[in-house]
Amino acid sequence: MNDVSTTRYKWVGTRPIRPDGVPKVTGRAMYGADLTMPGALYGKVIRSPHAHARIRSIDTAKAAALPGVKAIITGADFPDHKFEYIGPERVAVNFWHVTRNVMAREKALYEGHPVAAIAATSKEVAEEAAELLAIDYEVLPHVIDVDEAMKEDAPLLFEDMITRGIDPAPKKPSNISKRLEFAIGDVDKGFAEADVIVEKEFKTAAVHQGYIEPHACIARVDPGGQSEVWTTTQGHFVVRAMVAKLLGMSIGDVRVTPSEIGGGFGGKIPVYLEPIAALLSKKSGRPCKLTMGRDEVFKATGPTSGSSMWVKIGATKDGRIIAADGIFKFQAGAFPGSPVMNACLCAFAPYDIENARSVGYDVVSNRPKSAAYRAPGSPISAFAVESVMGILAKKLGMDPVALRLKNAAKIGTTMIYGPKLAHGGYIETLEAVKNHPEYQKPLGPNQGRGVASGYWFNGGGESSANIQINADGTILVATGSVDVGGSRASMALMAAETFGVDYDQVRATVADTGSVGYTHVTGGSRVTFATGTAVVNAAKKAIDELRARAAMIWDVPVDGVVWEQGCARPASSNVGDFKPMPLKDIAAKAGVTGGPISTAASVNAGGQAPGFSTQFCDVEVDPETGKVKILRFVAAQDVGTAIHPSYVEGQIQGGVTQGIGWALNEEYIYDKQGRLDNAGFLDYRCPVASDLPMIEPLLVEVPNPAHPYGVKGVGEVNICPPMAAIANAIDNAIGRRLTELPMSPPKILAALDEAAD
Amino acid sequence: MSKHHVTTTINGEPMEYLCEAQQTMLDVLRDELGLTGSKEGCSSGDCGACTIIVDGNITCSCLMLGVEAEGRKIETIEGIAQGDRLHPVQQKFLEHAALQCGFCTPGFIVAAKALLDTTLNPTEEEARYWLAGNLCRCTGYDKIIRAVLDAAAVMRAEAGR
Repeated sequence: MNDVSTTRYKWVGTRPIRPDGVPKVTGRAMYGADLTMPGALYGKVIRSPHAHARIRSIDTAKAAALPGVKAIITGADFPDHKFEYIGPERVAVNFWHVTRNVMAREKALYEGHPVAAIAATSKEVAEEAAELLAIDYEVLPHVIDVDEAMKEDAPLLFEDMITRGIDPAPKKPSNISKRLEFAIGDVDKGFAEADVIVEKEFKTAAVHQGYIEPHACIARVDPGGQSEVWTTTQGHFVVRAMVAKLLGMSIGDVRVTPSEIGGGFGGKIPVYLEPIAALLSKKSGRPCKLTMGRDEVFKATGPTSGSSMWVKIGATKDGRIIAADGIFKFQAGAFPGSPVMNACLCAFAPYDIENARSVGYDVVSNRPKSAAYRAPGSPISAFAVESVMGILAKKLGMDPVALRLKNAAKIGTTMIYGPKLAHGGYIETLEAVKNHPEYQKPLGPNQGRGVASGYWFNGGGESSANIQINADGTILVATGSVDVGGSRASMALMAAETFGVDYDQVRATVADTGSVGYTHVTGGSRVTFATGTAVVNAAKKAIDELRARAAMIWDVPVDGVVWEQGCARPASSNVGDFKPMPLKDIAAKAGVTGGPISTAASVNAGGQAPGFSTQFCDVEVDPETGKVKILRFVAAQDVGTAIHPSYVEGQIQGGVTQGIGWALNEEYIYDKQGRLDNAGFLDYRCPVASDLPMIEPLLVEVPNPAHPYGVKGVGEVNICPPMAAIANAIDNAIGRRLTELPMSPPKILAALDEAAD
Repeated sequence: MSKHHVTTTINGEPMEYLCEAQQTMLDVLRDELGLTGSKEGCSSGDCGACTIIVDGNITCSCLMLGVEAEGRKIETIEGIAQGDRLHPVQQKFLEHAALQCGFCTPGFIVAAKALLDTTLNPTEEEARYWLAGNLCRCTGYDKIIRAVLDAAAVMRAEAGR
């Protein structure tokens, strides 16, 4: 443990220009679709036009005969996998499902589900061949909505799926993949003692991560089996593992280089194109490039779950919450694995509640398989819980921040899933909002103010870093973490701080799977914490080596040399009268003192601290049109230590903005045939610059003692509060409680037509 | 299918290329000319990642055909910096951390440069509406707007106004 509470730093906390900045403002940075290889073929994925259909047969003969077609694959070309769930429940993987999501076998389970793929000498030939492919579908009844999918007579996606987590197991198959329950205390007893009880049902729409860069990759599998994949991903080591597993190759034969990544937010963790491109390359003997159009991104890559929820909270007259209960039903998409467990665990996490229960259902329906999206699961249950908190505050006549302060989780609070909260930070975010000069400011007509909080675990886990000291004293830092939002800058800052050298002396890069140790994905708000720890550890090893080299040059014992401010120094005057030797001078002599100085460190970082955020917003509702305008948005978040404050602020501003889109505009809209009606950015309406005011981040810094510089993850928790904050503000403005997302103009107008609560 | 011969000016350089009738300007830039700085985010003119300037007007290059460049003056992200001197918009994007993933950045910088070609005194609201055709999913636009307004201030100072 480090005493990080009072330390002042030279580099940590400053705002230098990121190392990868110039290529990105000049158009030179290479993203997923920007690379080609000599002799590359163009691939095309053929997708199901039906929401649910049995694939009777696929006749490839005519397409294969077209000149320029070099390979055609279907699901049958991939090896099949055993039906088993592998890994911890929260992130369990079933490769029987994974391979079927990459390419359908028995059935197509959603519109856009890949059913075949073609590699050809040009895009045009691939398109023409796609038309010649004869696929015989038996169209089946489909189901889109989660409540509909849970009904007894719903069309079944998997005829043999028995709900897990119920004892005794049900006899009848259903679309419910799993039931979960977490509880502490005695909920019934708690509600019996409550003076005020609020309960409400909520629905949220599926929303897409909406990264601007569509998925793209190029793969080359050589005769003999060695292969190269270049792809836009949040985790190239995961791509490597998935490609190897899904194609039956060895991990050592697959080398994956991550391109620059044009946004991910969780949606570029799964593999979609890479195994297909690799198999097309293997079959054709030539490199194969695959890119998605925007419609394919919407139809076939991970939105996060839509949901149907019920939440009940009971409190004493003076505002002490004594019972809470919630049921969270999540759309998993076409295969099991929604983030409903996270939703259950995070729902009541900001509060110290003696009696609490969360029940979750993971439900399949004919939609694309859900993927992680920024604090996956937590924003959804937070919408329900924090809306109920808003109603409760109103009923109690309490200020919403005061209600939360009275019930705030703190160090030692028992979490619904067992352990006690080990880190503070939540109360500080509440205080930051309470003390904000605009929080008490009066509002005008049709204007309202809303408050909400959020919780996210944050991540740790496996990361690796390499450090090289160059002959001129510059330092190279290479990690296995894809840089999606400025992490090269934070790695360089932490290295500069540790070495005691200038930031400009350090260059940070992202290394491919062949050049650095295993590193888990850029996700879960883990990179600055876990990969940052690996960088600091590698730097400390390098410093030990630099001390040893100085000791050799001075001919003194290594214990007699210390490292301060970028120089080796004698530990005391007893060691000898030597002038401090800068890193640069030691580096210049590396060749004659033992060879190049390079170190590596790998960690499985534990001790991550969770993230808390509290936000308030002011809105104005136009009673004529139902449009909600955001007037002000203030977001306090405990960030541990902000390594590069600008990029920390950026995470908060970006997360809040995605939350605003989720709250007001974004949704998957299906037609009666189960086809997506709005698979484009015109009709799937992400916030644009003219929709928004400046977003004001309040960085609350409560350092995490388990990280050398006090880092906590900062990327995700900011998206948890906005939906309820806006719903609470709308209620404050017009006296109407909106319980369905998005709170788009038609819903606001409908609510205005109804009587006030 | 016979190809069309196009003579145009790209980033101040005379340029000739052959393209097919259905190829978009974005495809020509990326696939035929190797100018991959313009990005494809939607192919429907909704995201602005492929923004270029055609005879002084911002244009989504995915909505323009390659043959339409005949006789025009085209500016792309690759031509915004002058040699090794960044345009003030580029410099301010770096200083304000106005990019996270950087994918929408070329489109924003081209669009913002066109705004500042038009006026050096944009208000925040004007900048927000001018850039409303460019989607950014990472930043929430806050730092982008600040960078553009700051670049305008620098250019005003340089122009002595």
